[in-house]
Amino acid sequence: MNQQTLNAALAEKQKDTDKTNNLKFLFSKETLFEYKSVIALIVFMMVVSFISPSFFSAENLLNILRQSSVNAIIAVGMTFVILTSGIDLSVGSVLALTGALAATLLGLDFNLMLVVTITLAAGAALGCISGWIIAKGRVQPFIATLATMTLLRGATMVYTDGRPVSAFGGSASEAFSLIGTGYFLGIPVPVYIMALVFALAWYVLNHTRLGRYVYALGGNESATRLSGINVDRIKLAVYGISGALSAMAAIIVTSRLASAQPTAGTSYELDAIAAVVLGGTSLTGGKGRIMGTLVGVLIIGILNNALNLMNVSSYYQLIAKALVILLAVLVDTRSNKQ
Amino acid sequence: MLAPILKMSSVVKEFPGVKALDDAHLNIYPGRVMALLGENGAGKSTLMKVMTGIYQKDAGSLFYQGVETNFRGPKDSQERGVSIIHQELNLIPGLSIGENIFLGREPVGAFGRIDWQTLYAESQQLLDMLNVQFSPKMLVGQLSIGEQQMVEIAKALSFSSSVIVMDEPTDALTERETESLFHVIRQLRAEGKGIVYISHRLKEILEICDDATVMRDGRFIAEASVSDLTEDRIIELMVGRSLEEQYPRIDVCAADEVVLDVQKLCAKGVDNVSFQLRAGEILGISGLMGAGRTELVKALYGANPLKSGTINVSGNSVNISTPAHGLQAGVVYISEDRKGDGLIVELGVRENMSLCSLKQFSGVLGVDRKEESTVVHDFIQRFNIKTPSADQLIKNLSGGNQQKVAIAKGLMLNPKVLIVDEPTRGVDVGARKEIYQLMNEFKAKGMSIIMVSSDMPEVLGMSDRILVMHNGKVTGEFIHSEATQEKLMRCAVGHQAEVA
Repeated sequence: MNQQTLNAALAEKQKDTDKTNNLKFLFSKETLFEYKSVIALIVFMMVVSFISPSFFSAENLLNILRQSSVNAIIAVGMTFVILTSGIDLSVGSVLALTGALAATLLGLDFNLMLVVTITLAAGAALGCISGWIIAKGRVQPFIATLATMTLLRGATMVYTDGRPVSAFGGSASEAFSLIGTGYFLGIPVPVYIMALVFALAWYVLNHTRLGRYVYALGGNESATRLSGINVDRIKLAVYGISGALSAMAAIIVTSRLASAQPTAGTSYELDAIAAVVLGGTSLTGGKGRIMGTLVGVLIIGILNNALNLMNVSSYYQLIAKALVILLAVLVDTRSNKQ
Repeated sequence: MLAPILKMSSVVKEFPGVKALDDAHLNIYPGRVMALLGENGAGKSTLMKVMTGIYQKDAGSLFYQGVETNFRGPKDSQERGVSIIHQELNLIPGLSIGENIFLGREPVGAFGRIDWQTLYAESQQLLDMLNVQFSPKMLVGQLSIGEQQMVEIAKALSFSSSVIVMDEPTDALTERETESLFHVIRQLRAEGKGIVYISHRLKEILEICDDATVMRDGRFIAEASVSDLTEDRIIELMVGRSLEEQYPRIDVCAADEVVLDVQKLCAKGVDNVSFQLRAGEILGISGLMGAGRTELVKALYGANPLKSGTINVSGNSVNISTPAHGLQAGVVYISEDRKGDGLIVELGVRENMSLCSLKQFSGVLGVDRKEESTVVHDFIQRFNIKTPSADQLIKNLSGGNQQKVAIAKGLMLNPKVLIVDEPTRGVDVGARKEIYQLMNEFKAKGMSIIMVSSDMPEVLGMSDRILVMHNGKVTGEFIHSEATQEKLMRCAVGHQAEVA
């Protein structure tokens, strides 16, 4: 008997069983495991809506999405970096410096397109500096980005002299302010940007060579190198992406406040890392999904929102947030062991 | 004969996709040395890991000192008197010899202070027993692999175990060190300890062991007294089939066309190597560990930088300094270390297979997953890769199927030269034969193959021509019909072959 026809027949049979197993699959242990963060999110939302009935209003839900958008956009870049088994601590400082840049450009009467393009490019370039130190200098990502984080924060302070930079005054200032505060069809503009960023990231990670190489690099660097792939270029790319997305977040923050604060983005890297890890991406790299990061961002966003609705003081909020993150990660490591 | 101290019966252990042990038996007798024999992948190491509780068995029984027992892990078995010296060393390079020996059970004095004097005095005694001339205060990282092995043995002795397992202990030892080890083994035997000795070196087995247990494909084959065995009989039991059957070499009229011409190549660990490779030929590269074989092929592929020398592929001089250049020139390298730098175990079959050749499937809109899947499925069928789907993670496949994925990954690029480094290491016998048949198939199509292997019967059985390396140099070149194990061995230890 011909081996190929035999295999083809087997594959056909497999498809049939796949269909009948679909329902079973939906409730199987593996599926529950795979989507545990989504399940956690849903349970979490139900609990919150019981405690605080005002939670489930369209207004409040949109509010959560808008408030989460800055963290979400940074967390997408962080997902790329963490998938390569790296880390980017410099995102908050990149945000501050590129925000100051955007405000300055507006003051100099640049048009809107130019302001956005230059800011994003500057963010990408700043990210590439970290990437270059890591790839060419062979410095551990934690140390390299710790250095760039401090360096860029210092540069921001020097540049702004520690004072906010106003985004008013230019002819494009009004249009610029719509990026952070505007609505389209009743939905805040930052939410559209966030959705677009996630869609693009999903496409890149799942349908392009870069995405495949990101997973490969995080899974096994030497195997990736031996497969003829330019590993340094991938590292440069992911830190560049992280920098550009931090700049995107800077545009939203600067637009909302109508000015760039020199201390903007402080400790944003921690929220982004928390969201990525809550979303099930492994800090050792090579494993994780971009939609998991969305779930992680929403869990953090809802938590902040619920604690506010419940009038919990901001001091206790920090403690509550820490406990939720710790609990989620503990559950994750337990279930991974099995 | 005395009753065994430790007796394992009908042990079964399954991993995803492979039955590693199926009805395995082992008896360890007090005051005797038991040889555990079998080919690579026969299940010896797995059986030992089940015995010491690193793996939990799926079925079967283990009796220790007459009582049915289940060790919960290596710490448990060690504390109860079963010690194992693993093939891979488990020492901490940054600590001293003494600290390593007593790691986790340091003798302590008042206020929890470590009693260094006792620790080093006892370490010294153990080292003296092994006839090792080091101070126990030396750092383990400064020792050679063979010397580290002796530290492992000292550590096992320090537990005053009643059962000691040695997994390939002499692999990295010099002759003198082996001699001291044998001396210690005889001493332990006289003290009534049960010893399991795992080795590929049959001469050692005949010298030091009293009994032998043979395994094949995860099964128990025979237990016999060593005095009743000869080397030939052992091989027969281990292999269970004749050499010709095992290595299905085919004769292809090798064309005269030289595909790869390497002249005076020097690189890290490679010293002035020249050779030619013709179309439709398998060139075996033999030698001992550290002879520079892997370094040579890695330099050909661009994974290690060249210092000097030239490489011509199909008559064109090529400059290969990164793996990407190697691939471009038509040279593909399949690593000896599948999990280390060959495959990405947390990714699926499809992603791994297409990793080198992803460009072929990419357009403006990114990767064409449909086309990619079609090609991957085609390779899965042609190579008879046993996987439930193309998205199964590599870590869930058996060694043989992983290796087939690795080879498929290289072949997707349609290379002129395929370099396989230890292609059947950790691969079970059935898959081994399939890999050989695949190699023959490519050879018949005119592809040139370089096969690096430490397995001499494999090199002799599959190659058309054989290079032997020692210390970075080529010390011998043989055509298939003239090569014998003895000739290869002589060259492998550094004797230059007489020019014919």
